[in-house]
Amino acid sequence: MGLLSDPNRRRALTKLLTRLNAPICVMCYLAGVAWFMGLAFEPFTLRTYMSENAMGSTMVEERFPAGERALATGREFAAHKKKVGGMPVDWLVKTMQSRGLEVFTQSFTRKLPFPDENKERYMVRGTNVYGILRAPRAPRTEALVLSAPCSEGNNNNQAVGLLLGLAQYFRSQIHWAKDIIFLVNEHDLIGMQAWLEGYHHTNTTGGDWSPLQGRGGSIQAALSLELSSDVITSLDLVLEGLNGQLPNLDLANLFYAFCQKIGVLCTIQGKLQRNDWDTTSGYSHAAQTMMLMVLKQASGRPWGDHGLFLRYHIEAASIRGINSFRQYKTDTTTIGRLLEGMYRKLNNLLERLHQSYFFYLMPSLSRFVSIGYYMPAFGLLAVILLLQVLNLLVYVGIIDSFLLSPSVLHQPSSPGVLSILTPVVISHMTGVALYTLPILSQEMAVQHFPVSETEAVVLTAIAIYTAGLALPHNTHRLLQGEGTEEGWRVLKLVALLYLAVLLGCTALINFSLGFILALSLVPIAAFITPHTPKALSAAIMVLLSPGCTLLYCVFVFQELQETPVSLQDGWMLFLSVISQGILDHALYGSLVYPLLALLIYPCWLLLWNILFWK
Amino acid sequence: MAAHRCNIFMLVFVLCGLTYVLVRAEIEDTNHVKDAESVAVDIAPKANIGASLRSTKTEDQTQAAEEERQWEAETNPVDAPSDNKADHVHDTMQNLDSRPAPYVKDQTQEAAEEERQWEATEVKEADHVPDTMQTPDVPPPTPAKDQFQEELVIRPLHSGDIYASFQFRTMWDTDFLRGSKVSHYRLFPKSLGQVISKFSVRELHISFTQGYWRTMQWGQPFLPSPPGAELWVWFQDTVTDVDGAWKELTNVLSGIFCASLNFIDSTNTVQPSASFKPLGLGNVTDQRFLRYAVLPREIVCTENLTPWKKLLPCGSKAGLAVLMKSEKLFHSSFHSQALHFRPVCQDWKCKSTVWELRQTLNVVFDLHTSGQGKREWSLFKMFSRTLTEACPLASSSKVYVDVTDNPQGELFELSPTTPLLSQAVVLGDRRTYSVYDLTNQATFGQTRSLNMLLRWRAAESGDMLRPLLHGERYVAGYGLQTGEIHTLMYNNHPYRAFPVLLLDTVPWYLRLYIHTLTVTSKGRDNKPSYIHYQPSKDRLRPHLLEMLVQLPPNSVTEVTMQFERALLKWTEYTPDPNHGFYVGSSVISALVPSVVAMDTNSTRECPLFSSFFPCKEESSYFMRVYTEPLLVNLPTPDFSMPYNVICLTCTVVAVGYGSLYNLLTRTFQVEEPSPGLAKRLANIIRRLRGVPLL
Repeated sequence: MGLLSDPNRRRALTKLLTRLNAPICVMCYLAGVAWFMGLAFEPFTLRTYMSENAMGSTMVEERFPAGERALATGREFAAHKKKVGGMPVDWLVKTMQSRGLEVFTQSFTRKLPFPDENKERYMVRGTNVYGILRAPRAPRTEALVLSAPCSEGNNNNQAVGLLLGLAQYFRSQIHWAKDIIFLVNEHDLIGMQAWLEGYHHTNTTGGDWSPLQGRGGSIQAALSLELSSDVITSLDLVLEGLNGQLPNLDLANLFYAFCQKIGVLCTIQGKLQRNDWDTTSGYSHAAQTMMLMVLKQASGRPWGDHGLFLRYHIEAASIRGINSFRQYKTDTTTIGRLLEGMYRKLNNLLERLHQSYFFYLMPSLSRFVSIGYYMPAFGLLAVILLLQVLNLLVYVGIIDSFLLSPSVLHQPSSPGVLSILTPVVISHMTGVALYTLPILSQEMAVQHFPVSETEAVVLTAIAIYTAGLALPHNTHRLLQGEGTEEGWRVLKLVALLYLAVLLGCTALINFSLGFILALSLVPIAAFITPHTPKALSAAIMVLLSPGCTLLYCVFVFQELQETPVSLQDGWMLFLSVISQGILDHALYGSLVYPLLALLIYPCWLLLWNILFWK
Repeated sequence: MAAHRCNIFMLVFVLCGLTYVLVRAEIEDTNHVKDAESVAVDIAPKANIGASLRSTKTEDQTQAAEEERQWEAETNPVDAPSDNKADHVHDTMQNLDSRPAPYVKDQTQEAAEEERQWEATEVKEADHVPDTMQTPDVPPPTPAKDQFQEELVIRPLHSGDIYASFQFRTMWDTDFLRGSKVSHYRLFPKSLGQVISKFSVRELHISFTQGYWRTMQWGQPFLPSPPGAELWVWFQDTVTDVDGAWKELTNVLSGIFCASLNFIDSTNTVQPSASFKPLGLGNVTDQRFLRYAVLPREIVCTENLTPWKKLLPCGSKAGLAVLMKSEKLFHSSFHSQALHFRPVCQDWKCKSTVWELRQTLNVVFDLHTSGQGKREWSLFKMFSRTLTEACPLASSSKVYVDVTDNPQGELFELSPTTPLLSQAVVLGDRRTYSVYDLTNQATFGQTRSLNMLLRWRAAESGDMLRPLLHGERYVAGYGLQTGEIHTLMYNNHPYRAFPVLLLDTVPWYLRLYIHTLTVTSKGRDNKPSYIHYQPSKDRLRPHLLEMLVQLPPNSVTEVTMQFERALLKWTEYTPDPNHGFYVGSSVISALVPSVVAMDTNSTRECPLFSSFFPCKEESSYFMRVYTEPLLVNLPTPDFSMPYNVICLTCTVVAVGYGSLYNLLTRTFQVEEPSPGLAKRLANIIRRLRGVPLL
């Protein structure tokens, strides 16, 4: 530790860091990206393993026999659904009661802030039906949930049928130690949100729901089932929940273990596992799977009905039956056996799932990257910001005066607080406008322009976003004096520190979002000065702004899902993604939209200000 | 064959007479027989019990039989030290039984014919749980100071499940508290009697329950109990150190019942001011002498059942207790066993008190899991045993089957049928029961065994009941910092409001914000007329909240209270901290308007004189409802962390402390520019000479 106590060596180090700043930053950036891409390489990842002892060693024999009957029930459900033109509440109540469950209903209404054009809904009114299978000799303290959404059209009837079949089968078994709640929720996530808020008696998003009558204590785990055909070729596991939360890895392990045991093809992100990791295509397959997971997680939206459970510390996942053109088909009985096995093991749990990882990425269903492995990728990017901060400190003279010659404190010509504060405040005001105005002004926009409400909201958001680009000129009008050289350095220092804190916090909560934002924002944050060529820099900055990043993500996502879209469709998709993001925030409390609008975008505006510093 | 039987009989008789003399000498002083001694006694019970059973069946009781019964009561602790042995004994007994002696049978049948008429009238008059019961076995001039009754109530439930409730009552006119020790025990369990006299217990109520009573599906239980273990005790007012006595008592009971009652300490004991008044006689209601504790986490299983069975005079060898086979009792939806000890009136004049020990066991068998699709019940199916005799020590032994909802047999079919019917007002509802008297040989019929069969006829209905009063509780909110306890109380009476007492005991690690307490009914604030709140002290005592709330008719009253989750010390976490921490059930005690009084249906046929004013006695009844316990997660540290912490600490010590130490101990010198060649040479010379350098 002579390094810090020796002024000479300290000076040398600082000199080295300032002189080699740019190359080191470039190195770090490339290393960060390379590290991230390396995560998908199989030898670098860990094989998944069951950590929870209660689920590991106990063997379970699955005997669910009634797949055909479940399908018949599903068809009956479909007929009643068609007849009623929605959720056949009475039929469901009667059917569940005849299977020996305690049945309750919950009605809810929800008015969306603006019409959802993807799902064509605005005023939502629905009913959830759930039946509780009371465990014998259990004091109603713990519960498991199996849910199936009652969707529009002809979807998911088989899931409801299987759910009812399982309820009947589970009822005749003695070994349940936790209550099992069978839930059929209407209007997918909105119904699920109403049910969960009713169950926990909270109201985070201002919905209107009737209180629940029956409960089963604290819910330990939940599975959501989506099944739209009588036979399936593979089961897809969906993990990503609200705000990028993931269930405990043991839940994924459990699913994988039973798929292996029963012999069902299982996928994650719709991608099968491949064994040829040493070939290029094998690697790119794993990389694609992981990138899909990163993109989905970064979006912060629940990718299945399970996504809302995670807020309540309930481990949950969605299981989706896929029917493609493969030869090998799996029937409903087998899926029933798989679910039976999973519930039997969850039933054995003595504690909440907590043994395994909560932060992970999965390049395939049997491999995972834990937080300890992926965080360095982000760390390498974040180091760039810190190096730049150090560099600026030296320039501004704080380091110089403090470290190099503590005795001689020469006063730097400090720029006025006002010249720093004004851009900060104005950028944040723009952020607040971006956050609030789109929804507030939709009516006015609809009146004056020939657009629908949804379009109005999205286009207002884009307009405000673009209007923010004119800020530097307006900021300067408010300022009295000329911006000094010192001024932009201090402003950049503030912006860099701000961005570093923002990205650091985001990456801790939602790694994917933090990493994607860091990928696009760190380069411009590092190298932006008022002295770079204006036009070129401005173009680069706009291209790397959060909004454009979102656009690229949409295209990349489509590409990875093997459904590439044209520019035109991509743009339409981009617009709908924005509206969905705003809706997710309003309906379920997703934090991505406020984060981008209130914090990331103003931060980017600060950098934009620096470019046009006068 | 008959002669052979007779020989065996005589042999047994002689043998037991011999062993009686032998053993009597040994156990005169102490009833606790050591394991080593029990070898000698081993043969005796088997032979003896068989003999005593026979002898008590004959109508004219000989003096010898009387003596033997006494003997058996005394050797009770000897003959059931382990379950295996008890079963063995039981088997031998059955073997003896399966070959009936004709002449005995004839005699008993005759006697039964005579008694039948009388029994019928007796039953008609008898209450469901009669407080005074005549004892036909004991000759009137010298009434026994103790007596024992047993009964089993079977109630087919609304949901298609079946509810079996055993009640065993021992009454003893003795004084546990006088100076000299009670040493002569007959029917009353000695292990318990000693405890009661040592700790000056006036009332003791203990229950072990596995499962939660589903009021919405099953209606009200005869005796409610919360999940887990519940213990409440009234001490005599002569006790000075109540806390000390309570602590010792819980430890002793823990040993007797093989339960974790020793976990009861000051952190989960409360003194309710109003909710738990004495159930027996006595005028001391000062809560200083009351202690109440619940262990919601207690798991009840066979190891609790066995000691409980041993307290019965006949053990599980004869009478109704034969049915208590643990593998069947624990293959059920609900299992609850309890023991209540209290002083009651000796007769209707209530001039003197006797001690009553009531042991109850309640089981609900599930239609779906046990029935295997066939909708029928029998004693054998439920308990995998049938009844063959009454407990010979019992003065009455009856089986009741609730047939109220089934007057014409449209709901279910019951066989064998019995001509005896009984009416009783239970929980504010007048119920009709078919009665099987086990002391009557005719009950067992030709097969010498009673196996009631109940075949459902009506289709099961899944809709739920609306009990007049029921409660619900849950934790609201998410996250690990705060939360809210919601208690819902339903009054489903169409037009009557009634007050309820709510008792809430919350452990100290949930810090209640009592200022957030709200009570609302029908959307309006409902001000409790009485609130007794005792705040918690960390690691010392729990929160206690008692409220008297008026429940408006046909309403839901919601009591909410916010709390903060405390961060425990790391040694205070349970071995499975991520399971969560239990909060015991809250207790709702109420005088509920009776269903009988509520019945305004005038079309029903009943005498005109009885239907004008609602009957006073039946207008309301006492009821206690327990809500479900709560499972609350507290902020839990990652207990695998210590390793990481050690690594981190080592690194910090090595790097941080090392460099700091380095900085502190290093001598800093102003570095001089290097001296010239001449000076260096001079210094070398000076060093060689040993003089100070320049």
